Amino acid sequence: MERARHNLFPILVVVAVIVAIWYAAVVYLNAPWQLDIYQRANNTDWTVRQLVVDTMAQDRPVLPAPHQVAVEIWQTTVEKNVTSKRSLVYHTWVTLSATLLGFAIGTVLGVVLAVSIVHSRAMDKSVMPWVIASQTIPILAIAPMIIVVLNAAGLSGLLPKALISTYLSFFPVVVGMVKGLRSSERIQLDLMRTYSASTAQVFWKLRWPSAVPYLFASMKIAVAISLVGAIVGELPTGAVAGLGARLLAGSYYGQTIQIWSALFAAALLAACLVSVVGLANRLVLKRMGTRP
Amino acid sequence: MSADAVIEARGLGLTFETNDGPVHALSEVNLTVGKGDFVSFIGPSGCGKTTLLRVIADLERPTAGSITVNGVTPEEARLARAYGYVFQSAALYPWRTIARNVALPLEIMGFSKAEQAERVARTMELVNLTGVEKRFPWQLSGGMQQRASIARALAFDADLLLMDEPFGALDEIVRDHLNGQLLELWARTNKTIAFVTHSIPEAVYLSTRIVVMSPRPGRVTDVIESSLPRERPLDIRETPEFLDIAHRVREGLRAGHSYED
Repeated sequence: MERARHNLFPILVVVAVIVAIWYAAVVYLNAPWQLDIYQRANNTDWTVRQLVVDTMAQDRPVLPAPHQVAVEIWQTTVEKNVTSKRSLVYHTWVTLSATLLGFAIGTVLGVVLAVSIVHSRAMDKSVMPWVIASQTIPILAIAPMIIVVLNAAGLSGLLPKALISTYLSFFPVVVGMVKGLRSSERIQLDLMRTYSASTAQVFWKLRWPSAVPYLFASMKIAVAISLVGAIVGELPTGAVAGLGARLLAGSYYGQTIQIWSALFAAALLAACLVSVVGLANRLVLKRMGTRP
Repeated sequence: MSADAVIEARGLGLTFETNDGPVHALSEVNLTVGKGDFVSFIGPSGCGKTTLLRVIADLERPTAGSITVNGVTPEEARLARAYGYVFQSAALYPWRTIARNVALPLEIMGFSKAEQAERVARTMELVNLTGVEKRFPWQLSGGMQQRASIARALAFDADLLLMDEPFGALDEIVRDHLNGQLLELWARTNKTIAFVTHSIPEAVYLSTRIVVMSPRPGRVTDVIESSLPRERPLDIRETPEFLDIAHRVREGLRAGHSYED
């Protein structure tokens, strides 16, 4: 409790400073357009006070004010039925489902690849370079192709989007797990050798438990970029549904408030996903007796 | 070749090929360890004493000479789980409780759950660790961790115990205490023990036979039979007999040590 109070004050100060800077930027960025309006309306007796208020109440501002975004989020979540196409909850769920499916496939794929790389020199030499090469291709370039190719193969909807998430999220898992599965100390491996333990026994009783902390560290990165993958995957589908679709539609029609509220929903979702993985991490490591 | 030899080495040599040229870790080692012996290997660092123990355990392969453990090759002995090995550090798995660490070799060797529990309880009592079964390694002192690792090596009842400076990282008070316990354990279980150390009092106090080694290349320079009785209270270390053996070990170390370089 005492610690929480100690931490709270500095955090609130930082948040307050960010919000203050944001409001200042709103006035600065929206003022030219507002002045333009005054001029066209031959309104010459505007006051600075009025200008400031007006810059924060535009329909399509260059930069929406925090309270405009807050109101938009409130209206599209609490005040809308969750099944409605205008509900941010609905779009968030669409993105979340693709994220989670992609993340699950990516994690399993990453672990399987890492296990085979650690146990086979041929896999290590042949697969690892491809794994790394795969990540040098911009996801924005490859995402439409995945959607198109899978569509031609008769797959549409959730899975193609999830596979774009997979494409991004398996990478940190492979890299982290290869490192984790090789992190056992020499002395611990020697011990297994003195028992003439089988490869499977060494894996389950030594390599896998040693790799668990690495797995969670990788999964934290993987879940966040899975979300990025899902959003990117929603862009070429013609803005049907999902946070990516909201972003795209918002930019088509200059709905900056909609863009920003989708951005905040995405950021909040990412934060939740990462903290869920972090929580699972803490619970598992506690069960494994790790020093608190 | 004596019939009851547990370890028998003839002309044993091991050369590591490194980028800086060959390193002769062991050269022309001849050694016989009989059943029930407590043999210490002593020498300065780099004399190959740990390497010799690792060769016996089939953790290293010799490049010259021959060695048998229980009359077969070290690899066959390892596959037959003929020995328990205690490392310099406890090497407990941090995600396992002490009891489950001790049970690790039993799980691997396929003992039944009931027998695992019985053996864990018995060996933990043997090393005076009863009561900490549910703790995790980091919750134990260094001395207790090392005792747990000894319990782990004893759990599957191999007749041969290989110990590589098991008390090297512990302070002198704890080490004295554990030395006493180890002797007691040896007397109770009648195991053959090969023990690597760089402490002269430890070697003399524990051993029936002391193998003095010298570095570059690692070789045996002297083998000293101890005349001390098997029953050894801690204050035996102040008797003239004890000091006499310690003196001979020191002489052996000095003679084998090349001061020219």
